[in-house]
Amino acid sequence: MSAVSVAERFDDVGASEVSPSQARAERPILEAVGLTKRFGAFTALNDVTIALMAGEFHALLGENGAGKSTLVKSMLGYYHPDGGAVVLDDREVTIANPRDARRLGIGMVYQHFTLVPAMTVLENLVMSRVDVPSVVNWAKERKALSAFLETMPLKVPLDTPVDRLSSGERQKTEILKQLYLKSRILVLDEPTSVLTPEEARQVLGFLRARASETGMAVLLITHKFSEVTAFCDRVTVLRKGAKVGEGLVADLSTKEMAALMIGERELTQAPGRDENPKSAEPVLALKGVRSGDSGTRGSLAIEELVVHGGEIVGIAGISGNGQTRLVELISGQAQKTSGEIRVKGEPYDASRATAQAMKVRCLPEEPLRNACVGRMSVSDNIAFRTFDRDASGSKIRLLDKKRMLQRAQELIEVYSIKTQGPSAPIQTLSGGNVQRAVLARELAGETDLLVAANPCFGLDFGAVADIRAQLIAARNRGTAVLLVSEDLDEIVALSDRICVMFEGRIVFECAGGDAVDTTRIGAHMAGHH
Amino acid sequence: MNADLGLWAVPLAVLGGMLRVSTPFLFVSLGECVTEKSGRINLGLEGTLVFGAMAGYGGAYLTGSPWLGVLAAGLFGVLFGLLHGFLCSLPKVNDIAVGIALMLLGTGLAFFFGKPLIQPAAPMLPAIPLGAWSDVPQVRAALEVSPLFVIGLLIAIALLFVFKRTKIGLVLRMVGDSADAARAMGYPILPVRIGATAFGGFMAGVAGAYLSLYYPGSWNEAISSGQGLIAVALVIFARWNPLACFGAALLFGGAGALGPALQSVGVTEGYYLFYAAPYVLTLLILFFTSSRTKALEGAPRELSITK
Ligand SMILES: Nc1ncnc2c1ncn2[C@@H]1O[C@H](COP(=O)(O)OP(=O)(O)OP(=O)(O)O)[C@@H](O)[C@H]1O
Ligand SMILES: [Mg+2]
Repeated sequence: MSAVSVAERFDDVGASEVSPSQARAERPILEAVGLTKRFGAFTALNDVTIALMAGEFHALLGENGAGKSTLVKSMLGYYHPDGGAVVLDDREVTIANPRDARRLGIGMVYQHFTLVPAMTVLENLVMSRVDVPSVVNWAKERKALSAFLETMPLKVPLDTPVDRLSSGERQKTEILKQLYLKSRILVLDEPTSVLTPEEARQVLGFLRARASETGMAVLLITHKFSEVTAFCDRVTVLRKGAKVGEGLVADLSTKEMAALMIGERELTQAPGRDENPKSAEPVLALKGVRSGDSGTRGSLAIEELVVHGGEIVGIAGISGNGQTRLVELISGQAQKTSGEIRVKGEPYDASRATAQAMKVRCLPEEPLRNACVGRMSVSDNIAFRTFDRDASGSKIRLLDKKRMLQRAQELIEVYSIKTQGPSAPIQTLSGGNVQRAVLARELAGETDLLVAANPCFGLDFGAVADIRAQLIAARNRGTAVLLVSEDLDEIVALSDRICVMFEGRIVFECAGGDAVDTTRIGAHMAGHH
Repeated sequence: MNADLGLWAVPLAVLGGMLRVSTPFLFVSLGECVTEKSGRINLGLEGTLVFGAMAGYGGAYLTGSPWLGVLAAGLFGVLFGLLHGFLCSLPKVNDIAVGIALMLLGTGLAFFFGKPLIQPAAPMLPAIPLGAWSDVPQVRAALEVSPLFVIGLLIAIALLFVFKRTKIGLVLRMVGDSADAARAMGYPILPVRIGATAFGGFMAGVAGAYLSLYYPGSWNEAISSGQGLIAVALVIFARWNPLACFGAALLFGGAGALGPALQSVGVTEGYYLFYAAPYVLTLLILFFTSSRTKALEGAPRELSITK
């Protein structure tokens, strides 16, 4: 297949001109032709063709569940496609597993992390190489890797086990791993979801420069148009498992790309903020709360934090500064060592009964791990809060499967969760749809306190609009919302009040709204003020 | 003639017990440690141990060499390990259930084939007299050590090195800790697990040969008192660290010798309570080393009991 025949398909989106930069990279280095992948009766990928040129930065766009991850996983041997072929350097190749891909110089950063949790960063990086020696000389490897890290814009601690790293650091480790492996073709599945905007710019800028210098090809899956317009040369758009368009980024407006992604659907409009619903009594009050060994990573030491009903308090901060612990305290996954947590004036112990009685709901980060049982069905997962109650809220002894299914069906409709059905295991859903399912569960029914951690992590723009609208609607109904997010734009867009966390403490507080000074917040996030 | 040592006889007997009784615990737990590191539990090792005792005894009797007996026991252990490994690689097969089935199969087969071996005498494994410097007979007896004990200690140290420093050990840990990550990095999952289970079977077979060819040194149907099962628990208790497995095995061996030792110095009442010492000890240690925040720290995450 030549670049010309691929270029002919550009007229889909009215971009049939081949630009000079296109002509420079005459032939694709990696090409997938007519890939089809089915899961059971469900076709996740239908005859998709995509070509990557040397030195280009190619964006792959699509809604949650459009099949982006499935496409790249089928190209790289993680899945075995049911039809189609992969062509590398004009030759058809069989990539039976990711190791084959690595040998051919193709690397991938997966959407769900693929580091070994109990091993250190150093061990993970070394083990990812194709040529691991049978006896590893750690002193030598450490020296080589430290030298390599010196030359990189990203920093991670080498000797920390991965399960002690924050999501942001894990993501950086994943990216560093690929750079360390000197991949010729790099596939990134939503690499920037957990990075701060500054870090994301740094990483993508660095990769962009590397691509132009070394001829490395990058395929970037993302939901952020700003990244597409700032860094990418070309774009391919998927919708419901089929390719619906491709073209040069320069020829397409954000609006056109969005239209390709969602088809005819209308976007949710963010509801306006009602004035004055704020309650007099705080709904959530933390006083002198300590958790974890003080001074260590991720520990918490909050003197005072209050959230009133009807307001959204945003917690900004770089990942790893205690936000995870804060959420875990309220969800009951971690214990405080001292201090008190009160909800509506009552002491709060985070047990299921208390949470239910006080109407506390929680959307933690990495919901597939923290808020779901992967092998259980979507409907079971959605019923976690309510399976032991009947419609009127009184206790029942036997599960009412029919009602659970029906309820799941409703929520699947309302929150447009893409699933093969309510009885599919929740781990087969795409990343964004797991998020929606958990949110559906947590927001259903009355909620007095909602804690949301990175609620839009990995969601497409349509879903982001949906979920932000849901959060504001909850606030307008009088719910107290504690929003923990690493995305400063999101905090600014949603919060009535903003707190900045640094090394487990709240170091800065200000009112939200349009007048926010993001530079000052940024400085506090980084620890200088 | 035995010298009268008075109460000193008790710690001496416990020491002797440590060195003598611990070896089967050590071998089974080291093998199981490797199996569990790969993400599987093999509860069938008790059966493998009993079969190994029978095969080792029979092998030594037929060939006239105790070491060939040990080898035979190990090889039969590998067969059991492979059987477990392959069965568990079939879809939707649970390793714990397969383990229990294999435990019963192993003991049953051992009794069936072992009937004619109860009478004849096989050549025994030699001992290393570490106590030759002393002229107190009890000290000499207590310090008589089997070469297998020394080999076990060396294997424990070697395993520590393997887990930390070698490719094969790191792959094993990856497979046991995150099959997804291992797959994404392109390492094979099933072959590694089957291999690790086969190694566990080998070690359990050797442990069985130790029972029948060294201490107590005969083949009968009551040869094992559950060492194969306890060793599986030992691994958890040792937090999947081979050297800790060694320590735990010593502790169990010593505790096991407490009852007989007390009896031998003339404690006539209640000594049988001390026969339960190893089990009480397990419970106590598990209780005192447990922690709310660090539950099962270090456990391979792919294990069906931690998943
Ligand atoms: N292992 C699987 N078994 C069954 N269905 C699957 C499996 N993996 C993915 N799917 C389905 O295939 C579709 C595409 O999923 P995919 O993960 O490729 O989406 P995506 O475009 O990457 O979405 P997101 O932006 O949310 O990550 C989804 O509807 C999903 O439910
Ligand atoms: Mg995806």
